[in-house]
Amino acid sequence: MLNRFTQINRATYLWLGVVALILLPWVVGASGGNYWVRVLDFALLYIVLALGLNVVVGFAGLLDLGYIAFYALGAYSYALLASPHLPQNFEAIATVFPAGMHFSPWFVAVFAIIVTAVFGIVLGLPTLQLRGDYLAIVTLGFGEIIRIFMNNLDRPLNLTNGPKGITAIDPIQLFGINFAKTLDLGFIKMPGLYLVFYLFALLAIAVAIVCLHLQDSRIGRAWVAIREDEIAAKAMGINTRNMKLMAFAIGASFAGVAGVLFSAFQGFVSPESFTLWESIVVLAMVVLGGIGHIPGVILGAILLAVFPEVLRGVAQPVQNFLFGHVLVDVEVIRQLIYGLALILVMLYRPGGIWQKRSAS
Amino acid sequence: MTLLLDVTDVSKRFGGVQALENVGLQVPHGSIVGLIGPNGAGKTTFFNVITGLYPADAGIFLFDGAAYSPESVANVTKAGLARTFQNIRLFGEMTVLENVMVGCHCRSNAGLLGAIFRFPSTKKEERAIREKSRLLLAYVGLSEYADMQARNLSYGHQRRLEIARALATEPKLLALDEPAAGMNATEKLELRELLLRIREDGTTILLIEHDVSLVMGICDSLTVLDYGKVIATGKPADVRTHPEVIRAYLGQGAV
Repeated sequence: MLNRFTQINRATYLWLGVVALILLPWVVGASGGNYWVRVLDFALLYIVLALGLNVVVGFAGLLDLGYIAFYALGAYSYALLASPHLPQNFEAIATVFPAGMHFSPWFVAVFAIIVTAVFGIVLGLPTLQLRGDYLAIVTLGFGEIIRIFMNNLDRPLNLTNGPKGITAIDPIQLFGINFAKTLDLGFIKMPGLYLVFYLFALLAIAVAIVCLHLQDSRIGRAWVAIREDEIAAKAMGINTRNMKLMAFAIGASFAGVAGVLFSAFQGFVSPESFTLWESIVVLAMVVLGGIGHIPGVILGAILLAVFPEVLRGVAQPVQNFLFGHVLVDVEVIRQLIYGLALILVMLYRPGGIWQKRSAS
Repeated sequence: MTLLLDVTDVSKRFGGVQALENVGLQVPHGSIVGLIGPNGAGKTTFFNVITGLYPADAGIFLFDGAAYSPESVANVTKAGLARTFQNIRLFGEMTVLENVMVGCHCRSNAGLLGAIFRFPSTKKEERAIREKSRLLLAYVGLSEYADMQARNLSYGHQRRLEIARALATEPKLLALDEPAAGMNATEKLELRELLLRIREDGTTILLIEHDVSLVMGICDSLTVLDYGKVIATGKPADVRTHPEVIRAYLGQGAV
């Protein structure tokens, strides 16, 4: 009886959630305009990123400060394979693709998964013996190397167009629908931003489900065992090398897919989007939300993705009202509040805002 | 009786310290063998060498009739030699049940795709792991704590959980590093019964222990280490009266 009741309850909540998700862009779009729908779209990408980093940092306990490099690899994969950049700069490629390079996001997503997983392993292999701070420093270096490569690979061969970045990237196009244009369904007109929201929401849900499945599996247990005590994990017959590489590869491939969608959504990529600061923001989402706890990580991603935009909307008018002019730059306030929030969470809730309920 | 573990001439040096010098140890199938000696004699070092945690400088290693090279801890466990640790090494954030489930890792196969897509075979294996882990918890008497975080268990229970976790790897030889350390008299009695039951059920035991009455009471044979060398081997009754052992370890009062 009770079981039946909770089951119905659960299904009801699920349906309510789905309906809310479908209505969300319309409500936000009507009340705040397209700008805020765009913020939501990015928040969903950040959820995917944070969930991927959570596999590495939260599950396997490997502190990775260069995570954004995999996002960059995904983004540049699509930028190069679906823009006029390569054919314009290389005769040979132009002759092979006379109609220009227009690989579909599906294809590039699979390609990016493979590329980023390989790079994840490349980063993982030399760092297997490292833990904590040491690992963090090496991964930080890796992230910077990737960014600096992208910044400088415009000569002698112009591969990445350097700091100017790559423009005119094909928009997302799936099932013959162009996600950059308004879709006319006859009874209703759906702006592209809303379509992107639904696509990204599906991706985020899929990634969250994969993470939940991983967590509650033989692999997930092995990761946590390594995080808790590596020697004891080995004594359980766990091949810690392979398991760590797997964590790196999976986390990286999530970021790769997110990167593909990011560059298709933006239509433009440049190395500026993949700085150390971005890696730290994603790590802050994981830590602040609830390290190792999937709902917490999602909450952290939403909070930290939406918060700067809210701040942007509030800080200037408030300062103008109080002082008659802008006293402190919004960017400074943002970093100040980030730092403060992290310190407070570490002091009072080291497990994160929405941490795992610990069984007692 | 045939030998399950037959290790001879093991040497290990740490810088200027000869931690082990030509140490040999034989463990027959179905027996309980004790390894005793004063603090710093090299007992735990010997354990770490035969289980692959430290590389040996020299030594001949036979397990279950075949040569094995203790180079990887994980492979030693897969071969059927499981161990516990002197300073308890549980997975503190995980529940008691999950700790045992981790022990089932090396006897199960679900890979990445199985974990993500939950094939029927994966689900079946997962159910089997859960079932087996519950049985093992019942076996060591920790069923009621299954959902508790391992770090919150009492000391004696943590030691038992380590044994259950090691048993989950389905070992032929269970190597226990001071399982009675920190236990009170009642817990020691229960431990003694548990060890005898494990042997009864077909798992051979190698035991490092300081509690003389426990060791003398349950071991079929004893090896005594002092300063990295074997000073005596034999039945408990013989070892007890061995003059070297009395001098180095037991003291005059024990006779």
